[in-house]
Amino acid sequence: MRDRHADCYFFSCLVCSVKNASMPFGNTHNNFKLNFKVEEEYPDLTKHNNHMAKVLTKDMYAKLRDKQTPSGFTLDDVIQTGVDNPGHPFIMTVGCVAGDEESYEVFKDLLDPIISDRHSGYKPTDKHKTDLNFENLKGGDDLDPNYVLSSRVRTGRSIKGYTLPPHNSRGERRAVERLSVEALNTLDGEFKGKYYPLNKMSDAEQEQLIADHFLFDKPVSPLLLGAGMARDWPDARGIWHNDAKSFLVWVNEEDHLRVISMEKGGNMKEVFRRFCVGLKRIEETFKKHNHGFMWNEHLGYVLTCPSNLGTGLRGGVHVKLPKLSTHAKFEEILGRLRLQKRGTGGVDTASVGGVFDISNADRLGSSEVDQVQMVVDGVKLMVEMEKKLEKGEAIDGMIPAQK
Amino acid sequence: MKKLNDQMAKLTIKRLSPEEEFPDLSQHNNHMAKVLTQDMFTKLRDRATPNGFTIDGVIQTGVDNPGHPFIMTVGCVAGDEETYEVFKELLDPIIEDRHGGYKPTDKHKTDLNPDNLKGGDDLDPNYVLSSRVRTGRSIRGFCLPPHCSRGERRGVEKMSVEALDSLSGDLKGKYYALKNMTDAEQQQLIDDHFLFDKPVSPLLLASGMARDWPDGRGIWHNDTKTFLVWVNEEDHLRVISMQKGGNMKEVFNRFCTGLTKIETLFKDKGTSFMWNEHLGYVLTCPSNLGTGLRAGVHVKIPNMSKHAKFEEVLKRLRLQKRGTGGVDTAAVGGTFDISNADRLGFSEVELVQMVVDGVKLLVEMEKKLEKGQSIDDIMPAQK
Repeated sequence: MRDRHADCYFFSCLVCSVKNASMPFGNTHNNFKLNFKVEEEYPDLTKHNNHMAKVLTKDMYAKLRDKQTPSGFTLDDVIQTGVDNPGHPFIMTVGCVAGDEESYEVFKDLLDPIISDRHSGYKPTDKHKTDLNFENLKGGDDLDPNYVLSSRVRTGRSIKGYTLPPHNSRGERRAVERLSVEALNTLDGEFKGKYYPLNKMSDAEQEQLIADHFLFDKPVSPLLLGAGMARDWPDARGIWHNDAKSFLVWVNEEDHLRVISMEKGGNMKEVFRRFCVGLKRIEETFKKHNHGFMWNEHLGYVLTCPSNLGTGLRGGVHVKLPKLSTHAKFEEILGRLRLQKRGTGGVDTASVGGVFDISNADRLGSSEVDQVQMVVDGVKLMVEMEKKLEKGEAIDGMIPAQK
Repeated sequence: MKKLNDQMAKLTIKRLSPEEEFPDLSQHNNHMAKVLTQDMFTKLRDRATPNGFTIDGVIQTGVDNPGHPFIMTVGCVAGDEETYEVFKELLDPIIEDRHGGYKPTDKHKTDLNPDNLKGGDDLDPNYVLSSRVRTGRSIRGFCLPPHCSRGERRGVEKMSVEALDSLSGDLKGKYYALKNMTDAEQQQLIDDHFLFDKPVSPLLLASGMARDWPDGRGIWHNDTKTFLVWVNEEDHLRVISMQKGGNMKEVFNRFCTGLTKIETLFKDKGTSFMWNEHLGYVLTCPSNLGTGLRAGVHVKIPNMSKHAKFEEVLKRLRLQKRGTGGVDTAAVGGTFDISNADRLGFSEVELVQMVVDGVKLLVEMEKKLEKGQSIDDIMPAQK
């Protein structure tokens, strides 16, 4: 016999959670922790140097610790990766993740200051602009291939109605995969392609994907592992790419979707064209299936890591800069050009043999076109500087102004 | 309680149908994968322990770690004492399979009287390099390492340190919190082979035991460095007695004396260890139920370990081999970690007796093989 009283309580709990009031039930373990005092539960962040640790005071922890999103994501879930990873030698890490679209609202007291700090003072009232019209990019088709080995643009997309990789269940992840593959399989022309699920890959397919530099492996970065993104690996993860191997989509890695356009050499213009056209096609297909992407006019595209809000775009090149990279002003130049360096293995790797991954540092507050333009202009300048240094000339006269 | 559990489980996670949520275990070879069917999963996913631990929490490590080259892993953990009750449909068959047919109705016996051990003081130190006995203990009222909050973990640490600080005589010692350790202290603990580091084993990481590292973790040891306690590693407490050479009797004496004193101290404070007459001492991993005891030696058996019957001999003696780096490492240079395979259904004395008798025999066999003699006539019967 159904207990109507219990059902009422159940629904009133849901109502409570939507209104964001404190609850008698809900996430049981989180409420169990409330039996302990704030001092007892507040993490020790004394040795920490990440965005979360800079912002999360004990008072803020006290205020937010009894909150949760409608799907049950809590403050401790948001910050676990930042507690477990005090700092990073190469990059100032964010130290928190979203478990769902609502995380950015429920935990705005924590996330707004982090977003502001990470995204150059972006305010809670600011609006973000989206521009995926590739024709607005100037130049970018003439980066010197003797220096610029490859060009790549990636972004992420989250499918509305599902929780994000740190929090999602197997069923949700599989649904994201199913929807994505359905959408991708409708692409044609230059985008016609095939899906390779990680758990069903043949050895031959795997070899080929590795040789093409397409295969993503189970994350090893403690930043990602600490957030729970690798649960149930490799279930519902996979790679889709077009026949020409210049456009690919990762399903259920750090975000629901990562969309990547890439090719050898320095023709960023072509890479960006293909990126914009392909992305638009995918968005249309998803909309036809009644699944939009998580987006709002304040945060732009909503993704797992607060660092990827806005465009979620990282446009970059692998470029040979052995001289410039050892120049005293290298970091300064990058800062002024609003560019970021990484090793050629991706985030939190070191560079090898003077070849760097150079990409836009910004994600939020400027459009896709703006950001790729900065990469194109900035890399062009750095290659010129490298050539000068090769000839033993000074580059002082070329140091750019702060963008 | 059941209704409360049902409501809590429903509200924690946004989920789809049981069929859509059931893990893909087709590539898996661990105890959990052998037991968990769709029907069982469908039934268990609507439950949660009073502390909010769910079926996904129990099985995550087994889903994420399909198998292991050296050992048949359990593939699940407990998040609190109630896990073993709330998820008994899953855990009872696993316990039975892992612990030699131990039934849900069986009773476990505890015997921490070292006088009941026969011999064990004469293992040949030319072969037996070191002897060690460890067990785990969980403090009732707190969640276990996969599930505990920072506050709980710190509570366990505080209580444990208070109890340990009151030990005296040859057990008198000091606590070294991992996060406050000086470089000098750290180096010394490494040299003494006492320091435990943040787990790297994916088996442990996947269950969430390393959260908030190194907060609330530490090592306590006595001044003579023969008795140590790990706080908040894989269990609330790991109690270890060890020394170089083959005098397992002395190691076990100290183990029993120290452990009994610690239990008394906790009882004086109004707490107790998780224990019941069916499962014995309740610990995080179902493989450690019962005594939680692993008694072992590092022993040089390069010839024996290459013998065709090595595995058979170990099995008959109810012993297990590991590399000298501990669980899921490989042996180095013919030196093996040999310990009891059982935990539940035998007492502490019985298990250490098996190690003492079994290692004595293995060393005899090694010596025979060195001389080019056969070992067929001293093959043991199945214990």
